[in-house]
Amino acid sequence: MAGYPEEKVAKEELTSLRHQHLLGLATYGADEIELILDTARQFRSVLERPIRRVPTLRGITVVNLFFESSTRTRISFELAEKRLSADTINFSASGSSVSKGETLKDTARNIEAMKIDMVVIRHKSPGAPHFLTRCVDAVVINAGDGAHEHPTQALLDMLTISDHFESFRGLNVSIIGDISHSRVARSNIYALRALGANVTLCGPRTMMPVEIEKMGARLTHRLDEALEGCDVAMALRIQMERQEARLFPSLREYHERFGIKMEHLERYSDLLIMHPGPVNRGVELASDVVDHERAVILNQVTNGIAVRMAVLFLLAGSRGEITDDA
Amino acid sequence: MDAKDLDRTLDRMARQIVELIEPDQDPARHFGLIGMQTRGMYLARRLKSKIKKVEDLEIPFGVLDATMYRDDFRMRLKQPVVRATDIPFDITERHLVLVDDVLYTGRTIRSALDALMDIGRPGAVHCLVIVDRGLRELPICADIIGRQVPTLPGEEVRVRVNEIDDREGVWLVEHSQPSD
Repeated sequence: MAGYPEEKVAKEELTSLRHQHLLGLATYGADEIELILDTARQFRSVLERPIRRVPTLRGITVVNLFFESSTRTRISFELAEKRLSADTINFSASGSSVSKGETLKDTARNIEAMKIDMVVIRHKSPGAPHFLTRCVDAVVINAGDGAHEHPTQALLDMLTISDHFESFRGLNVSIIGDISHSRVARSNIYALRALGANVTLCGPRTMMPVEIEKMGARLTHRLDEALEGCDVAMALRIQMERQEARLFPSLREYHERFGIKMEHLERYSDLLIMHPGPVNRGVELASDVVDHERAVILNQVTNGIAVRMAVLFLLAGSRGEITDDA
Repeated sequence: MDAKDLDRTLDRMARQIVELIEPDQDPARHFGLIGMQTRGMYLARRLKSKIKKVEDLEIPFGVLDATMYRDDFRMRLKQPVVRATDIPFDITERHLVLVDDVLYTGRTIRSALDALMDIGRPGAVHCLVIVDRGLRELPICADIIGRQVPTLPGEEVRVRVNEIDDREGVWLVEHSQPSD
């Protein structure tokens, strides 16, 4: 269709994703991740303008299908969608047809009948997003499926890291906390490994999945080992239910053994601290660490909206050769 | 147009830009040159240095990518690439000259105008193109034109610049083939 001149793009440059959906980062290449990050940086500058929106996804309808409650992720997606001028619909599990016993498949079919273009789904069952791609024609974006993956969180973490470091190659990143229940950890491991970073996992034995090293990460149960030579430490949130399940003796003991404290920030003077939020002060991170300038937690919020805008934009627009459906 | 013709035309257009500057106004505060990604950016940069050389005037320079404002987003087969927009000055009340290589349907300039309106409220926007190839689909016109070349819909006008291409000049390609 005429109207705009064809852009001249360097032949090696990737211009669109090889995937039709974002179900996880396991199959995403480094070049695709870099494309998302580059695009996110452009959208980030839109967020700083007087008029914080662009008409790019006008006429596109996105439904936020959140079967698990979430405030931050849902609001982040909703803002990303609105800033792109898309029409958004929010669906939360409670008080909906799901609580009346409707299956995921039927919910999906109903949505399909309403001609929705994109679905953002959070569900407690791993693989639910993948299942959805078989029921609907829409683009599916995984906002967290059980303990499997949370790709947009990892992507925003990558963006935050790239704000502080020139390259991912050879960067030492440690992920500390409840690895076994963490979809954030999994997606981050995939992303970091794809980009060439070195990953160390650290946490109590009770929270470390068996054979997790096969994902290409180093394992330790000692915080000092994880922080020695480390560039970025990502602390994962401890859910209170895990304590009731006796996975660790007490919050205080967890903090003693695995909590990041001021003494760590002082000993490792270049260490950057990240946390997907919300932080349990005094558990994963000491309270004064949370407020320290090397804890880049709030930046992650703006980056989250920008990354989600980039993902929505790239998936909504790509119609070219689709080589992968994962 | 070969490389020398292009250069001569840029010289002439640089002077036309200077004519647009109000005599009593300081260009550093009231004027701006905005290059459209991608080739418009290189051309605008050249115009800026020509103006500096000939008139000793420093014109503020910015880069605009209007991809997010395109009207054909869902109809394209290839993903449009979002590039940097960097306008390091306040555009409100400024007189801007938007620089692009080819003016065709007018849709690119229309999206550029929408982008600028979301960034601020310019005092005036003038449009400068190397080639105006006609076949407008919107009521858009250029204020400073390098060359007017009537064309047919199947043809293509290609502007190439040394900064990113392997040659320099302007070509009219009949029955357009895929761009190299």
